[in-house]
Amino acid sequence: MRLNVNGQSHDIPDDVDPKTPLLWVLRDTLGLVGTKYGCGIGQCSACMVHLNGAPVQSCQLTLESAADQRITTIEGLAVNGALTAVQQAWIEEDVPQCGYCQAGQIMHASALLARTPNPTDAQINTEMAANICRCGTYNRIRKAIHNAAAKLAKAGGAS
Amino acid sequence: MSGRDTGFTPDPYVPEFMQKIQAEARAEAAALSRRTFIKLTGVAGGGLVLALSMGPGARRALAQTRAAATVFTANPYVQVKSDGAIVLYAKNPEVGQGVKTALPMILAEELDADWNDVEVVQSEINAELYGPQFAGGSTSIPLNWDPLRKAGATARAMLVSAAAKTWGVPESELTTENSHVMHRASKRSLSYGELAATAATLPVPSADSVQLKPRSAYRLLGKRITGVDNQKIVTGQPLFGIDQKVPGMVYASFTKSPAIGGRVKSANLDHIKTLPGVKDAFVVDAISDGVAFNPAGAAVMSGVAIIANTTWAAFQAKKQLQIDWDDSKASADSWTGAVAEAKALAKKPADAQVLGKGGDFDKAVAGAGKTVEGMYTVHYVSHADLEPQNCTAWHKGDMVEIWAPTQTPQSAVDAVAALTGLPKDKVLLHQLRGGGGFGRRLANDSVCEVVAISKQAGGVPVKVQWMREDDMAFDYYRPGGFHSFKAAVDKSGKLAGWQQHFITFSRDGKQPATAANLSPGEFPASVVADNRMLQSLIASQIPTGPWRAPGSNTIAFAVQSFLHECSVAAGRDHREFLLEVMGEPRNVVPGNARSLHTGRAADVIKLVTEKAGWGKEMPKGRALGLAFHYSHAGHFAEVADVSVDANRKITVHKIYMAADIGPIVNLSGAENQCQGAITDGLSTAMGLKITFEKGRVEQSNFDKYPIVRIDKAPEVEVHFIQSDYSPTGCGEPALPPAAPAIANAIYTAMGHRLRTLPFRDEGFSI
Repeated sequence: MRLNVNGQSHDIPDDVDPKTPLLWVLRDTLGLVGTKYGCGIGQCSACMVHLNGAPVQSCQLTLESAADQRITTIEGLAVNGALTAVQQAWIEEDVPQCGYCQAGQIMHASALLARTPNPTDAQINTEMAANICRCGTYNRIRKAIHNAAAKLAKAGGAS
Repeated sequence: MSGRDTGFTPDPYVPEFMQKIQAEARAEAAALSRRTFIKLTGVAGGGLVLALSMGPGARRALAQTRAAATVFTANPYVQVKSDGAIVLYAKNPEVGQGVKTALPMILAEELDADWNDVEVVQSEINAELYGPQFAGGSTSIPLNWDPLRKAGATARAMLVSAAAKTWGVPESELTTENSHVMHRASKRSLSYGELAATAATLPVPSADSVQLKPRSAYRLLGKRITGVDNQKIVTGQPLFGIDQKVPGMVYASFTKSPAIGGRVKSANLDHIKTLPGVKDAFVVDAISDGVAFNPAGAAVMSGVAIIANTTWAAFQAKKQLQIDWDDSKASADSWTGAVAEAKALAKKPADAQVLGKGGDFDKAVAGAGKTVEGMYTVHYVSHADLEPQNCTAWHKGDMVEIWAPTQTPQSAVDAVAALTGLPKDKVLLHQLRGGGGFGRRLANDSVCEVVAISKQAGGVPVKVQWMREDDMAFDYYRPGGFHSFKAAVDKSGKLAGWQQHFITFSRDGKQPATAANLSPGEFPASVVADNRMLQSLIASQIPTGPWRAPGSNTIAFAVQSFLHECSVAAGRDHREFLLEVMGEPRNVVPGNARSLHTGRAADVIKLVTEKAGWGKEMPKGRALGLAFHYSHAGHFAEVADVSVDANRKITVHKIYMAADIGPIVNLSGAENQCQGAITDGLSTAMGLKITFEKGRVEQSNFDKYPIVRIDKAPEVEVHFIQSDYSPTGCGEPALPPAAPAIANAIYTAMGHRLRTLPFRDEGFSI
């Protein structure tokens, strides 16, 4: 089976059960540990990645259903070391405390901004409610998403 | 305001082992303030290492240096390299409280380093070199404030001397800024990197001879500095315990008795070993008492380890385990049983143990205009760190190597040395970032477990990863408890007498369980002359331990809610009533600068009520609620702006906070901690509880443990009074007032007095 992660194609060894959640294939088989395990039941979204650009919980997605799809993880956001507007905003607003949930938060926020370039607080709340931050950095997540939206608008929205 | 915090009394709620650590750290800090040890050693590339050490090993080594001129090798805090890079070492574990950024900021301020030149490195764990290293009790800043300022200042002094020597000018004509020494008269400047080689040849000044900056000269402290690991966090680089990989490492799950403390009789190991990806499965015998909270204790609970080639394989096989448990030594505790017992005990205050008393409470009641009574119930809760407990270890026979996201690395080394019989210097622990701590990672049960499993697996490196379900079922929980109050309000509406009957849990029937105690000097007994503090114990084997702001996290809810009840009974404005209870500005324990200061308390109450617009007209069903609490030497007042509808659904519009924790080190970090702690307080107050029957915890994952999400998280407005008192920590003390502030707002909005944590048990939702 082949997985397309961050623009790279990976051969997954045959001894990996096709029913294995994508989360554990990323972490244990491919060594991409930026995607985090929090609950395993689709409650916390610490494991969030993009599947063909859409935010998904990788603990709820099997290897076989992710095969040959376009997967992006937190490691694949920055291109040649250039951080995205969302990543920059996260640093500028000093969002993280422990930082464990933030990969999932950033993946979700990036997907949100791709669909809704200038979200309201209400839109942010609705969308980002899928992600738990045990440290309670929610005030700053909202602020960072607005910051990133402004950066993207300034860049002309051109990708 | 002015004052210096010199005395040290361990916070009474802190478990014994933490009191010991705190006292040792204070002694170290005091010793260091007399003699700071700076040692110069060359490094590759011709740079200079200004190495400061504060541990007992350092002192011994220096004594040897003085006596016999032998070489002293220390672990450095400050490195200045000839290429201009400045490496600052962060000594304490980072679990989200921001010390990996804040502690080096203190060094950099006195060093006058340009923060852009600074690289922060997590130091090794070495008690001999560093003294105590731990993350607990909001103590990293207060314990390290003076030593790190002196370390930075001493390094700076040597760089100034090097410049003076280079230019042949007096040191008094030189200034420093942004990693440079300047001679303004001749308009010359040299970078620290350029001066490093010369500085390395100079004698070390004594720490007492160096000048520390006045606060007015600070360039870095008090600013907003983004976390030093944020770049790695936002790009998903390995940082956390769970991210650790070691060549040849295998993955393991570990399954313990659902009835806490039960032991394996037998298990279907033969079947488990046939499952895909499984390499081995075996029973791990109980070692000592795993239920007791003891970070340095060598204890392992009985269970079954499954060794596999991936985490998922270990988890999948776990689901097929069939274990026959011996529950004869297991907990049989019942929460519903405890509630019934507590209600019966609350009716008999005369039978309770007297923790403390002052004046004559009964006389105060007899002379009172009104008496007020109320009983408050708080549930157990779990820490629920988002990174489930895990640890990686390699028992190599004659040594053990550990990679751990622990809050108490030195205690972990002690525990593993005791567990394995190896000397401590054969236990090498690598400190990793913890994905949340909140007190859970003070315990080293996950560390002991993996070391035992690595040994039994034949000495291979093993990562034991707990499932979320394990993490919630095997915690050292915040203890539940009950507070039964009686208060006297005199005819002028003043609080005239206070009785608090605390009904708590005990493992041995004699002492409260860990973090389940009440201090007889707890506010407001500390300021109400006629008081009586009582305690009754309920037997329980449920493990308990420190949870963010231990004790305070529930005491504040009960006390601050009941004080509001008293103000309502007195027909008084809550703010005025609370300020009157505080009385004249003073430390409530005379001579102890770490005790509640009523003047600082009044200041934060006044500031937060002013910011929130206390007294303004509010729409029907909406109100402000106020609460104050003092813990971890921090004075915190909060006001919640809350609406309630007819279905008891609440909306928290905003929470205002004012605090006095002295000068702020990192404004961004401090504000983030306070916003997070208050959100945590709201989350826990609204919906979180752990219950148990027959010794089995009934919640297992976030579907039954509803941590507040962004759509329910209000804006939190943070204000600091940056007084001249020594700075104190802020990872914990913002949490306790949040629950009572919300509960008091709900009472004012709709007349229902909440007496239970969590509020959902009284039908409230958010």
